[in-house]
Amino acid sequence: MATMLIQGGRVIDPANQLDQLLNLVIENGAIAEITTGNPRTDEVIMAQGMIVSPGLVDLHVALRDPGGEEDEGTASGTKAALAGGFTTIAALPDTNPVVDNRASAEFVILQAERAGYCRVVPLGAITRNHQGEELADLGQLAAGGAGGFTDANRAVQSAEIMRRALEYARMLNRPIFAVPQDATLSAGGLMHEGYFSTVLGLRGIPAAAEEIMVGRDIALAELTGGHVHLMNISTRNSVEELKRAKGMGIRVTADVTPHHLAMTDASLVNYDTNLKVLPPLRSQEHVDALMEGLRDGTIDSISSDHRPFASEKKSREFDQVPFGVSSIETALAVVATVLVDGGLLDWPDLLRLLTVNPAKILGIDAGTLDIGRPADLALIDPAAHWIVDTRQFYSRGHNTPFQGKTLRSRVMMTIVGGEVRFSRQ
Amino acid sequence: MKSTWSRRHVLGLEDLSAAEITTILDEAARFKEMARHGEARHSLLKGVTICNLFFEPSTRTKTSFNLAARRLGADTVDFTAAASSLSKGETFIDTARNIEAMGVDHMVVRHSTSGTPFLLTKHLGTGVVNAGDGTHEHPTQGLLDLFTIREQRGRIEGLTVALVGDILHSRVARSNIWGLKKLGAKVIVCGPATLIPAEIRKLGVEVSYRLDEILEQTDVINLLRIQFERQRGAFFPSIYEYAQFYGMTSERIARAKSDVLILAPGPINRGVELTPDVADGPHSVILDQVTNGLFVRMATLYLMQLAREQALTSP
Repeated sequence: MATMLIQGGRVIDPANQLDQLLNLVIENGAIAEITTGNPRTDEVIMAQGMIVSPGLVDLHVALRDPGGEEDEGTASGTKAALAGGFTTIAALPDTNPVVDNRASAEFVILQAERAGYCRVVPLGAITRNHQGEELADLGQLAAGGAGGFTDANRAVQSAEIMRRALEYARMLNRPIFAVPQDATLSAGGLMHEGYFSTVLGLRGIPAAAEEIMVGRDIALAELTGGHVHLMNISTRNSVEELKRAKGMGIRVTADVTPHHLAMTDASLVNYDTNLKVLPPLRSQEHVDALMEGLRDGTIDSISSDHRPFASEKKSREFDQVPFGVSSIETALAVVATVLVDGGLLDWPDLLRLLTVNPAKILGIDAGTLDIGRPADLALIDPAAHWIVDTRQFYSRGHNTPFQGKTLRSRVMMTIVGGEVRFSRQ
Repeated sequence: MKSTWSRRHVLGLEDLSAAEITTILDEAARFKEMARHGEARHSLLKGVTICNLFFEPSTRTKTSFNLAARRLGADTVDFTAAASSLSKGETFIDTARNIEAMGVDHMVVRHSTSGTPFLLTKHLGTGVVNAGDGTHEHPTQGLLDLFTIREQRGRIEGLTVALVGDILHSRVARSNIWGLKKLGAKVIVCGPATLIPAEIRKLGVEVSYRLDEILEQTDVINLLRIQFERQRGAFFPSIYEYAQFYGMTSERIARAKSDVLILAPGPINRGVELTPDVADGPHSVILDQVTNGLFVRMATLYLMQLAREQALTSP
């Protein structure tokens, strides 16, 4: 019986309100004991000065497999996930072809098993080929392992289709993930509409483009009883609407990305195409509202929204480049730098947003250190300072606005099912 | 005087100080004065190669830059590329690098996407002058407007200048706002609410939706072109309605200050932004603008070359 001791770390398990210097024992790949004692084991990992956290869970990550192998692959993306401390990720279905049928969902799982890095939960499409016109094979996708449904960046514009999707997904006990965005208001938009879009001459996307859809999706969640999960919310009114809806008991959850917390539209003054994201980076008042939403628990989760792109795709004119940041390897460090160093959250609060909360949204048994469950862990050095260098990325996507930036805290080791799958030298 | 200039690139008037803008205007005035005395051709840029790298169609600006470079004795080369499409292929950076490799010293860049000249400066060793990028800036147009106003009125400071029309899509408007504000003018932007961009007041301008209400207080009216090609959907109900509210007619001229100057960056849509009698009338300085554009561009290229030589000789 293979045993391992993770010794002397600060064990944080937000799900169980645990935050203490303890030893964690792994037996046959599962968490056997969390103790002040020092049991004899086959292997010992010294974790003094480290945080021992449940492995992080990411609700939406683009692996680009199949069809976008120049941007990422399941192997590179899941290795990058491990380097970011993530042991379970949900894979976006906006591949080519789209994951809108059972075989495609099963392929995602198969590829993850072949790669052998982190766990991958497929997300299935809401509509066939993300066209927004007819429902994808939701039931069969669920049977094939899909943990939820989304049309990724292409918000379903038809309220009727969205209503049916929520009703059908409720029957399957799966959430609908949506990037709320009204397509007519955001058409051709490149950045947040405001002072900087005016100065830079880049077409703006008003906050209202998101807020209209947040309102609609909440209304449809109320109507159907379905669970809508809003991805990447970015505006003050979105947070307020979310808070109101939650107060009424409507099944709505939401996440934010690290970059929407760390930066504002002012950072676009250098036309860095790595800052072109959807929704766009907003102005400070919106960022402040997101921070407050995280602090008071209105916002449930943080997702990297990892969107890797080959460098040639990001080195074009600003209006030609695709939206997204390769973010999974920097996600934890960015939010720790902004939120923990910034004094807004402490480590247990931050890790709750990255572990048990996203696991609950996805309805999976992960993100905790419950005794007996598979030992999925991240060992984090909270004191580390490091400089982001894309040459050291495992992701094929080097499209990050954090290149050259100094960040606080670093994932040093990632364990999946009791096996050390990633260890930083 | 030239010690106030050290820029190898001219990307926008936002970046320039009042002193730098004045330096260009003074240099341009010097070139114009010399031309008046028959000294139109110079060899200041002899042996220098300037490329017109145009990713967007242009006749006037390209011709003006070409002529300016030749009047300074530079060699010129034109490269007109189709704006990049979504299809795979050479990026604009590759295109520019290839041209640079042929031994070009300065690039005159026009592109339909905002920010492209700025991005090129990160990849090229040449000087870059922005000849219009998307809806961002068109600095030499801004400079020639400033030059024309200063020439006509002897000053910029204290004047009230109205920019009328499509502010949202106008790079000329942005360059004018920065330049005019830096030199101390009062700026009013005037147009339908749908064509006034977000938070424009933060640039220190006033906003008006009625041309008739500002006619009496403006010294200069710059009539921006309605850019049909940049519009998506309906920004105003009809051309007819636009011309009714914002078109400059002789009736409106009659209600304006007696010495009001009418500028237009062109190409003008006669009967839309202004009627032919206004365009060709005594208040119009539209052709002076075109003439002055040549001298402003000569000054810009000359100063950029000085800065380039300084950069090459200093350690």
